[in-house]
Amino acid sequence: MNEQATSGSAVLEINDLAVGLGGAARSQRVIDGISLHVRERETLCVVGESGSGKSVTALTVMGLLPKRVLTPVGGSVRLAGEELLSASSKRLRQLRATTMAMIFQEPMTALNPVVPIGRQIDEVLRVHTDLDARARRQRILQMMEQVRLPEIERIFASYPHRLSGGQRQRIMIAMALVLKPKLLIADEPTTALDVTTQKQILTLIRDLQRDHGTAVLFITHDMGVVAEIADRVAVMRNGKLVETGPLDTILRAPTMEYTRNLLSSVPSLVPRPPRPRTDEPVVLEANELGKIYREHSFFGHAREVAAAQDVTLTLRKGRTLGIVGESGSGKSTVARCILRLIDPTSGRVRLAGHEISNLSRRLLRSHRRRIQIIFQDPYRSLNPRITVGETIAEGPVNFGVPHADALAKSRELLELVGLPPDAISRFPHQFSGGQRQRIAIARALALDPDVLVADEAVSALDVSVQAQVLDLLDEIQTRLGVALLFITHDLRVAAQICDDVAVMQHGRVVEHGSAAQVLTSPQQAYTRSLIDAAPGRGWDFANFRPVETAAMS
Amino acid sequence: MAIETLPQASLPVTRPFGRRLGFLTSTPIITAATVCLGLITALAILAPVLPLHDPLQLAPAQRLKPASAQFLLGTDAYGRDLLSRIIYGGRISLLIGLGAAVCSIGVGLVIGLISGFFRWIDAVMMRIMDGLMAIPSILLAIAVISLSGASLTTVLVAITIPEIPRVARLVRSVVLSAREEPYVEAAISVGSSMGKIMWRHLMPNTIAPLIVQGTYVCASAILTEAILSFLGAGISPETPTWGNIMAEGRAFFQVKPSLIFWPGLMLSLAILSVNLIGDAARDALDPRMRQRGGEA
Amino acid sequence: MFGYLVRRILAAIPVMGVVALFVFLLLRLTPGDPAAIIAGDNASPEQLERIRTMLGLNEPLYVQFFTWIGRLLRGDLGVSLISNVPVLTMIGQRIEPSISIAVATIILSILVAVPLGTIAAWKHGTWIDRFVMVLSVVGFSVPVFVIGYVLIQIFAIDLRWLPVQGYRSIAAGFGPFFERIILPTCTLSFIYIALIARMTRAAMLDVLNEDYVRTARAKGLRETAVLLRHGLRNAAVPVITVIGTGFALLISGVVVTESVFNLPGIGRLTVDAVLARDYPVIQAMILLTSALYVAVNLLVDVAYTLLDPRIRY
Repeated sequence: MNEQATSGSAVLEINDLAVGLGGAARSQRVIDGISLHVRERETLCVVGESGSGKSVTALTVMGLLPKRVLTPVGGSVRLAGEELLSASSKRLRQLRATTMAMIFQEPMTALNPVVPIGRQIDEVLRVHTDLDARARRQRILQMMEQVRLPEIERIFASYPHRLSGGQRQRIMIAMALVLKPKLLIADEPTTALDVTTQKQILTLIRDLQRDHGTAVLFITHDMGVVAEIADRVAVMRNGKLVETGPLDTILRAPTMEYTRNLLSSVPSLVPRPPRPRTDEPVVLEANELGKIYREHSFFGHAREVAAAQDVTLTLRKGRTLGIVGESGSGKSTVARCILRLIDPTSGRVRLAGHEISNLSRRLLRSHRRRIQIIFQDPYRSLNPRITVGETIAEGPVNFGVPHADALAKSRELLELVGLPPDAISRFPHQFSGGQRQRIAIARALALDPDVLVADEAVSALDVSVQAQVLDLLDEIQTRLGVALLFITHDLRVAAQICDDVAVMQHGRVVEHGSAAQVLTSPQQAYTRSLIDAAPGRGWDFANFRPVETAAMS
Repeated sequence: MAIETLPQASLPVTRPFGRRLGFLTSTPIITAATVCLGLITALAILAPVLPLHDPLQLAPAQRLKPASAQFLLGTDAYGRDLLSRIIYGGRISLLIGLGAAVCSIGVGLVIGLISGFFRWIDAVMMRIMDGLMAIPSILLAIAVISLSGASLTTVLVAITIPEIPRVARLVRSVVLSAREEPYVEAAISVGSSMGKIMWRHLMPNTIAPLIVQGTYVCASAILTEAILSFLGAGISPETPTWGNIMAEGRAFFQVKPSLIFWPGLMLSLAILSVNLIGDAARDALDPRMRQRGGEA
Repeated sequence: MFGYLVRRILAAIPVMGVVALFVFLLLRLTPGDPAAIIAGDNASPEQLERIRTMLGLNEPLYVQFFTWIGRLLRGDLGVSLISNVPVLTMIGQRIEPSISIAVATIILSILVAVPLGTIAAWKHGTWIDRFVMVLSVVGFSVPVFVIGYVLIQIFAIDLRWLPVQGYRSIAAGFGPFFERIILPTCTLSFIYIALIARMTRAAMLDVLNEDYVRTARAKGLRETAVLLRHGLRNAAVPVITVIGTGFALLISGVVVTESVFNLPGIGRLTVDAVLARDYPVIQAMILLTSALYVAVNLLVDVAYTLLDPRIRY
């Protein structure tokens, strides 16, 4: 994408790098034989799933590996020709911020909460330059303007908690680039942000890179982001380099099997072919559902925050309804109100013909079996002290099924979700994230629910695992005819699994319709901006080609 | 997420709660503490069958004798055998330590579970606990004892009361954070009753922290009992307890310092051992609970 | 922030209410006639009657309580049963030694413990760390009076550097005063140092794992700047908290230390009152020390707002 990609000298050269656990030379290697280079004005995207070693590579360059835990054991890392692995810690300190700088994934925690923003950027200048206070301030404000922050004077004096995630990431970028380093390392800098903010930050990095001529080492797990920002791509897996090449080559004609699989796992933004409309009965109906939180402040009046307002949804047997929206849009609140994990403040919920929004906790219990939930975090949604079999059997036992029968059912369900029957007597920690999510699905199915709520159920998973779990949900729906309420922030996922989509913003449904209609010809500006911001929307990854313009318009 | 490739390190170590006692010998120092506490306990239990002088036998002719073959550590101001009194003193200390741990955990667990689960009780309960915590434990204990007389039971009650709020607060905080876990919400949505959720999903989370807290209460109780006896507000002076022996020794400190140092050493070793075992238990069972409140 | 402070102050009221109720009920709910408990077994009927009227024990319970609270609020803590001196006067006469060693201990402990804990966390896993940890367990475990006697034996008896026991008012000259509070202060500091050092280490370990510390390193700051500006500033809140909650420990320690070193402070006063069953004095001491504890923790709450800009309500 960058016409100058091939020109310029190499800013960063990594050759045959190996990083071992602990200090010993023959210890287990988390990174083995990585060779990369990044030139001036070039963006190299390092892409890989969790455990691929991409972040460790970045931290090795910065000399920020956790001491005594990870140690470089071989190879070389050269920054503008200078060897870093053998450099003294004093020299590394001098190079940081001046020649190489880094921004991190979590903007919410990457800034010191008790020091004003201005002073945190000022530290960089104080350590590395001889500028006086006025000149430093000038330089900082100028940099803050370059990262397009509003009201820079105010933000200069503010503490981080006053700023949004996107603003904090801009501050991080300002801090990283204030001394115009040759190399910027960005470790998943937009992963924690909403798509619209992500788009702004990606554009910002791109623009600043063009202005400053910076070399960027960009680490991500998201192929969409890769397609947006990379000049060249390096694919990593299990600490090894799988392949590397120009963006176009990798996306169109990857040579390695792993890369092909990775690309074909990326769900397409183009909605899947619509399923025929059905006249199956409505199993779930929410009418003008609302949830208002009252914050009691000590002085003055209670403040009211509407987490959800006037939400009306209908879901038929065997269909999938997606609720999409950015963080804070109220999509999870709606799900939890429907499940009565929290109590709605207004509106009605009808579940298989029964009104449940005003039932007492006791009366509600008998209806619980009709609606079940799968949570986002597979590490926290299973009790670590209880065996998988008992976890799945808990629901049926609650409803009077004899314990032995419930366990037998657990075994069947494990098979259904693709786990070996001996999983029944094992504990959750013995399974990977994807496997745990399968267990959570089995638990949800144990009660033969009419409705399954998946609250960001695939968001914490790697893209290849995500594809498998989505396939599983689809298969289960076909076999059991269960209705699926699918909550996600990811339009790609929504496009692949939903029949209907409701887009939420600020607690309200702003657009509601069939997936094909909402995602290909959105009526509302907000929906359009969401789709616009989806990274890599120009690429049809699974088919190794750009999206045909006909499908987009 | 940055160091995602650390094998295992990023995974929460959530092995099912096993009754592993391996931590008792995890390092040489912990092993020494385990052995030391074992010895003190064995001596205390076996005291009546050991060839010792009667710890209560007054012998005015043998006052303040130095160490000898007959009296290995010498005698006190009433001619009683110091070694025998120290060994018998261990019985009271360990009994108080264990008793206070069991009682405070029993009461604290109930209060904590109830407070963690029922909001309307919680507010009242926690104000009461705050109030109790505001009273310095030694003052609270001596006030209780001075009013109801110094028996083993009152001393135990007086030492246990100030420990209860700490246990209750601990249990409450564990319950409150465990309630927010998705697996508890999952249990609610599969229709489990409140009782079942409490018993099956919340209670087990409190076991590890309570074992750890129990050892700290035990150490703290042994210490408090000694202080009470030392101040003259504990169990009646003729009963051999480490604090009582030292209290009597105060008057003769410049003449015979061993009356203070030997029981002081035993007391310190016992508390040190229990504390070290508590730390080891914490590291083994409950790595998250690194901090430790202000127990006396 | 103003709202936050008002809230904290209002929250302290029920706490003190519980303390007052506890102190009040302690005497009334103890089995037996309260007057007999106070006067002892061989008191004459006249003595008992005198105590009953002095404490208002003939009134209904709630009348007693509100009369008593009313007096408290007017600053009337009662009169000693033994000496007939107002309790407040007695406390005023004996407070200097207690305040002196308490203040000296807090200063000494913070000066020693915070650097120790910081270094231990920074050098996590090395011998320095282990040394500090062992030191802190020992500090927790060895009783105050044992430490006191060991120090007396070494520095007063064997080396003869310092006086064994006793107290001189600061009004009589700083030298003699200082000489006599060194040992009590060191004795009392042990456990407080152990407590603060341990918490500093734990808090620093947590903070040093935070992302913003990594950011600070990525900026090319020196380790000392990372530790102090980004580490300790953020670790300060839990450390200050433990200084506040540890204050209860300090009060208990003062009582014992004064007995060991024969200091005429309010700790001694309390112990003597307990032995003589001088109930008004005991009552007043519990109330005062608890109020002090609550006040110190209120100060800690105020300190939070200065240390952490996120705390506003």
